[in-house]
Amino acid sequence: MSATDVSLINAIDTRFSITWPGFSLQAELALPGRGVSALFGASGSGKTTLLRCLAGLERAPGGYLAVRGEVWQDDARGIFMPTHRRPLGYVFQEASLFPHLSVRRNLEFGLKRVATTERRVSLDHAIALLGIEPLLERMSDKLSGGERQRVAIARALATSPRLLLMDEPLAALDLRRKAEILPYLERLHDTLDIPVVYVSHAPEEVARLADHVVLLDGGRVLAAGPIGEVMARLDLPLARDEDAFVVIDATVAAHDEAYALTRLEFAGLPLWLAGLDSRLGATVRARVLARDVSLALAERHDSSILNVLPARVVSLDDDAPGRVLVRLDLRGAPLLARITKRSAVQLAIAPGMELFAQVKGVALLR
Amino acid sequence: MSPSDLGAIRLTLELAVVATAILLVGGTPIAWWLARTRSRLKPVIGAVVALPLVLPPTVIGFYLLLLLGPQGPVGQLTQALGLGLLPFSFAGLVVGSVFYSMPFVVQPLQQAFEAIGERPLEVAATLRAGALDTFVSVVLPLARPGFLTAAVLGFAHTVGEFGVVLMIGGNIPERTRVVSVQIYDHVEALEYTEAHWLSAGMLLFSFAVLWVLYSRGRGVAR
Repeated sequence: MSATDVSLINAIDTRFSITWPGFSLQAELALPGRGVSALFGASGSGKTTLLRCLAGLERAPGGYLAVRGEVWQDDARGIFMPTHRRPLGYVFQEASLFPHLSVRRNLEFGLKRVATTERRVSLDHAIALLGIEPLLERMSDKLSGGERQRVAIARALATSPRLLLMDEPLAALDLRRKAEILPYLERLHDTLDIPVVYVSHAPEEVARLADHVVLLDGGRVLAAGPIGEVMARLDLPLARDEDAFVVIDATVAAHDEAYALTRLEFAGLPLWLAGLDSRLGATVRARVLARDVSLALAERHDSSILNVLPARVVSLDDDAPGRVLVRLDLRGAPLLARITKRSAVQLAIAPGMELFAQVKGVALLR
Repeated sequence: MSPSDLGAIRLTLELAVVATAILLVGGTPIAWWLARTRSRLKPVIGAVVALPLVLPPTVIGFYLLLLLGPQGPVGQLTQALGLGLLPFSFAGLVVGSVFYSMPFVVQPLQQAFEAIGERPLEVAATLRAGALDTFVSVVLPLARPGFLTAAVLGFAHTVGEFGVVLMIGGNIPERTRVVSVQIYDHVEALEYTEAHWLSAGMLLFSFAVLWVLYSRGRGVAR
């Protein structure tokens, strides 16, 4: 990483190496200075440890960490900023509210320890963003799990962090509570210019929230990059998953009232789906599963499939027995198709080939 | 009750208040250290603190007497400092009581600190609270039941001591003659009525203290 690279000035630069009995972490990473970066991997892959290193809760000897140009740890120069001096917010996996304080006092705990000149997120803003106004006077042990996590997130935001770290904030919640919180997290993503590092082992959460993905396995970084890229890489275990998918960030281009359809646009291509109520020009994220994409050599107009897009084959890879995973390029945007080996042979699919991707299903993520 | 009985009661309460106060202040860092350390010294210090639970009070009294006496190192120090000698004085009783009641204060505090766990401290650190700030604004409030237990047990145990007092304080009216010693004197003199008054009082006091403690036992466990 050259110091002159302008795009990295606002980035989070890390170099951590930890060896414990039965576990090791080797992570050298540059995360973008904005948006949500997901640390993604199975349990034991080191993602929480990496997050704790970023927070200074865990000390990786010989480590290095700079956030938006400010050095938080550089053991080579004897620098280690203790956690309480780092302008960060941290949301723990389980409820971490102080039981002896009301919701309001919990929120104020961090806020009042931040110098007035450093405050950029007002308490009211944090409260409104997480929708916790009605909870303020309650004691924290009288809240549901979902409410507690929302308060914990607001509490972290109220310190005006320059980096927000979230350790599987939804993992301890049931599906309904998860669904309750996700919209708030998305709102956070859309309204605040605070880089977020989000630990998760749930692909659907990552697909909804992340802009950038770091894939960890056994304490090592397997891949890091924009979500669209990482999810579509055939050489990663993600593509092996039965539910392998790509995410597509698209803009709302038109509403067809007559058929109750909405046309999205990405990479100059149209993508139709069931009518949305988003305003024109809004950015939405859709997910397309590899198994929902089939291939045709000619553009057919005699099928019921709505989305037929011109594509070029980039590579293909034997998947499970009898199945092939094809990586496509749609004017720069990646797409995965999972087809049978037989079809691949009969259609003589090979890299470089121009064909048509028939997208049978598009799920809107946000 | 005779004036000497009342004097003994007053002295006992004074002693218990002073010893408990010293133990809460001094026991807190010891308990915090014991709760948090990974040092190999932890079992050693823990055992030293717990010694009064198993040692006969006379043993503690005997060694304190040697230590604080004219030939003892502490005794020579206090003399050099112009404080005189501690044995057979109120100050000597306080020193003896602090040692004797130490486990009753340190152990509940240690358990309370251990029960808090690592997480609230980490949370406080991510909310910009330094170590001392965290201790005052998070640890102390969360450990409050432990402090109540420690104070009550330390106080009650000091009120109830006899052996250490007799060894190190002797039996000087208004200075070292506490209730337990006074009862002993009454019984020696076959003044059973007077002994009854004080003994029944101690019994009721001790029962009331433990009753209150165990009534809020559920609160302590939580």
